[in-house]
Amino acid sequence: MAGKKASVWTSISFWRRSAAWVTGFATILLIWLTFDTMAQIRMGTDKELQEGVKRRIPAPTVINYKIDYKYDEKRGLEAPVIGPEKQPLFGKELSPKEAAALLHLGKLTSQAKNCMDCHTLLGNGAYYAPDLTKAWLDPMWEKTMPAMTGKKTKEEAMVEFLMHPDKYPTHARMMPNLGITEQEAKGLVAFLKHMSSIDTNGYPRGFSKTIKEFQTGGTYAK
Amino acid sequence: MLNNTSNLSPSKQLAMNYFRVAIVLFGAQLLFGLIIGLQFLYPSFLYNFLDFSVGRMVHINALVVWMLYAMIGSVYLMLPDETGIEHPVAIGLGKLAFWVLTAAVTVVVLVYLFIQVGPGKESTIWLINEGREYLEAPRWADIGIVVVVLIFYANVFFTYMKGKKTGIMTVMVADLMALAGLYLAGMFFTDNISMDQYWWWWVIHLWVEATWEVFVGALAAYGLIRVINAKREIVEMWLWIEVLMLFGSGILGLGHHYFWIGTPEYWWEIGALFSSLEPVPLVAMFVHVLYDWGKEQGQHQAEGKGSSIKNGPTMAWISINAFGNFLGAGIWGFFHTLPQVNIYTHGSQFTAAHGHLAFFGAYATILIGMMYLGIQDAYGLKRLKATFKSKMAIFLITFGVLGMTVALTIAGYEQVLVERAELGAGWQAFFTAQNLPWYVQAQVWREIMGVVTFVGFVYLVWDLLTIGKVQAKAEQA
Repeated sequence: MAGKKASVWTSISFWRRSAAWVTGFATILLIWLTFDTMAQIRMGTDKELQEGVKRRIPAPTVINYKIDYKYDEKRGLEAPVIGPEKQPLFGKELSPKEAAALLHLGKLTSQAKNCMDCHTLLGNGAYYAPDLTKAWLDPMWEKTMPAMTGKKTKEEAMVEFLMHPDKYPTHARMMPNLGITEQEAKGLVAFLKHMSSIDTNGYPRGFSKTIKEFQTGGTYAK
Repeated sequence: MLNNTSNLSPSKQLAMNYFRVAIVLFGAQLLFGLIIGLQFLYPSFLYNFLDFSVGRMVHINALVVWMLYAMIGSVYLMLPDETGIEHPVAIGLGKLAFWVLTAAVTVVVLVYLFIQVGPGKESTIWLINEGREYLEAPRWADIGIVVVVLIFYANVFFTYMKGKKTGIMTVMVADLMALAGLYLAGMFFTDNISMDQYWWWWVIHLWVEATWEVFVGALAAYGLIRVINAKREIVEMWLWIEVLMLFGSGILGLGHHYFWIGTPEYWWEIGALFSSLEPVPLVAMFVHVLYDWGKEQGQHQAEGKGSSIKNGPTMAWISINAFGNFLGAGIWGFFHTLPQVNIYTHGSQFTAAHGHLAFFGAYATILIGMMYLGIQDAYGLKRLKATFKSKMAIFLITFGVLGMTVALTIAGYEQVLVERAELGAGWQAFFTAQNLPWYVQAQVWREIMGVVTFVGFVYLVWDLLTIGKVQAKAEQA
C-alpha cells in the first residue's frame, strides 16, 4: 500500500480525508438544525397564549387553561388542545411571574426527587412506573384518585398523593415516600400540567382513547 | 492483575489502577441490577429503604463510570505502545487525578445511597443528585470530572504531540476531545423539559452512538495489532472507514431521540434515515475483525507456526465485541429506530433490552479484553492463553446478557402490544401490562439470567486475579 498507489480505495489518505469531510459536514448540519430547533422549542410567552398562537412548548401560564389531547385529522396524530377555556390550577389564576416560579419549583423538584429513575418523562427515564408525559390528563385522576384521597379536585388529589404515596396504594408496586412538601407537590402538579401541553408529535399514541373509554364507561361504548 | 505491576511503564501502571476500580464498579453495577430486577418481582423488597430509583441510579451510574475508568485505562495502556513514550508528560498529575476521581466517585455513591433525594432546591442539584438519567452526578462532581478529564486529556495530547503520531492515536486524540467536550452540554439547568432533553441527548447519544463507538474502533485496531499482529496499514485504513461511517451515521442519527420530546417533526425523517445507517459500520467492524483474524491465522499456518493469537482472552472478547456491537447496538437498535415503530416502543422494556445488549456488546466486551492485555504486559508474557476460568467468564457473561436481552424483549413485546397499542399508555394501561403473566414470566427469566451473568462476573474477577501469575510460572518453567 505504501509507495505506488494501486487504487484510491486502498489509500489511507483518501479515507482519512473522506472521514474528516463527512464528520465535518454532519456536524455542521446538526448545528444548523439545532439553531432551527432551538427557535421552535423555546418556551412561548403569555401573550402568545392569549392570542392563541400555537407554540410547541407553551408559556408557564398554560397552567391557567384547560388542556386536552385530541386527534388532529390534518396531522394524523394526537396533539394538545389548549383553552380557550380557562381552568386555573388550584382554582386561582396565576400571573406569568407566579406561574413561572411554580413551574421552576416543580421542574427542580422533579430532578431533586429523581422521578426519572422510575418514571419516563417524554418517554425518557426508567420503566418501573407509568410515563408522565400526559399524566395530567390520565383518567385515574378524574374520579378514582380524588375519591381515594378524599379530595374534591384532581390537583388537590395529586398533591395529597405526591406527599403520601405510601398511604394510597393502587397496585402492589407503590411509589415511595420521598418527603415531598405541599409546596413542592404543587410545583410538581404545575410541572405535570405544563408537560401535558407540550406538542410531542402524537406520543403517547392512543392516549385519548383511554380518556374516551373512561368518559364513555367502557371499551367502545357509545 | 492486582499485585504485579512493577515491571510496567508508568503509563501502564496507571492503566492498571483504572482497571482495578473499573472492575469493582462493574461488580456494583451487576449487584444493584440484581436488586432492582428483584423489585420488579417483589415490589416490597427494600421499599422506602433502597427504592428502585436509588438502585437504578447506582446501576446505571456504576455502568457509565466503570466504562469511563476502563476507557481511560485503555488509553494509558496503548499510549506508550502507540507513541513510543513510556513516561507521559505529566504522569504525576495523572496519578493525582486518578485518586481525586476515585475519592469523588466514592463520595457521590455514598451520597446516592444514604441521602438519596433532597428538597426541590438548587442546592440538591449541586450537592446530592441532578436527577437526569445517566447524568445524575451532582454539579460539584461534574466540575470535578471535567478537571480530572482535562488532566487526562492533557497527558494524552502532549504525549501524542511529542511522540510518534500513528493513525490510531490520531483518531483517539481527536475522538477524546469531542467526547470530553460533549460532557459540557449536560451541565445546566432549565425549566423547559424539552430543552433539557435536547441537550441531554447530546451527551448520551453523541457519546454512546458516536464518540464511544469510534473509541471502540480505535481500541479494536490497537488490539488486533497487539494480539494477532495485524498489519497496521490495513487496520488503520479500516479505522478511517469506520470513523467515516460511524460519524456519518451517528451524528445525525441523534435525530431518533428527537421524535417525541417536543422537537419539530422533521427529526422523524432525519433520525430515521441516519440512525438506520448506524448498523452499517458495525457490520463493517465485525467483518474486519474476522477477516484480519482469518488472514493472519492462514499466514501463520502456511508458515507452520500454529495459532496466531498472542492473547486468547483478549481475542475472544474482541470477537464478542465485534458481534455483540452489531447485534446489540445494530440489530436491537434498528428494531425500534423508525418513528412508525418507536411511537409504540419508546420508553418500554424494549428500550431496556436494547440498552443491556448494546452496552455489553459494544463496550463491556472490548474493555474486558483490554484488561487482559494489561495483565499480559504486567507479567511480561509472550502469550496469554485462556484458562478454564476465562472461558467460564466468557460463556456465562455472554449467555447471561443475551438471556436478559431476550427476556426483556419478550417483556417489551407484551408491554408494547397491551399497554401501548391496546390500552393507550395511561396509568392503568401501564400496570395492566406489568401484571400480565407472560410479562411477569419474562421478568423472572431476566432475573435468572442476571444471576448467570453475575456468576460469570465472579469467574472473571477470579481469572483476572490469577491468570497472570499462573502463566508467568508456566512460561518460566
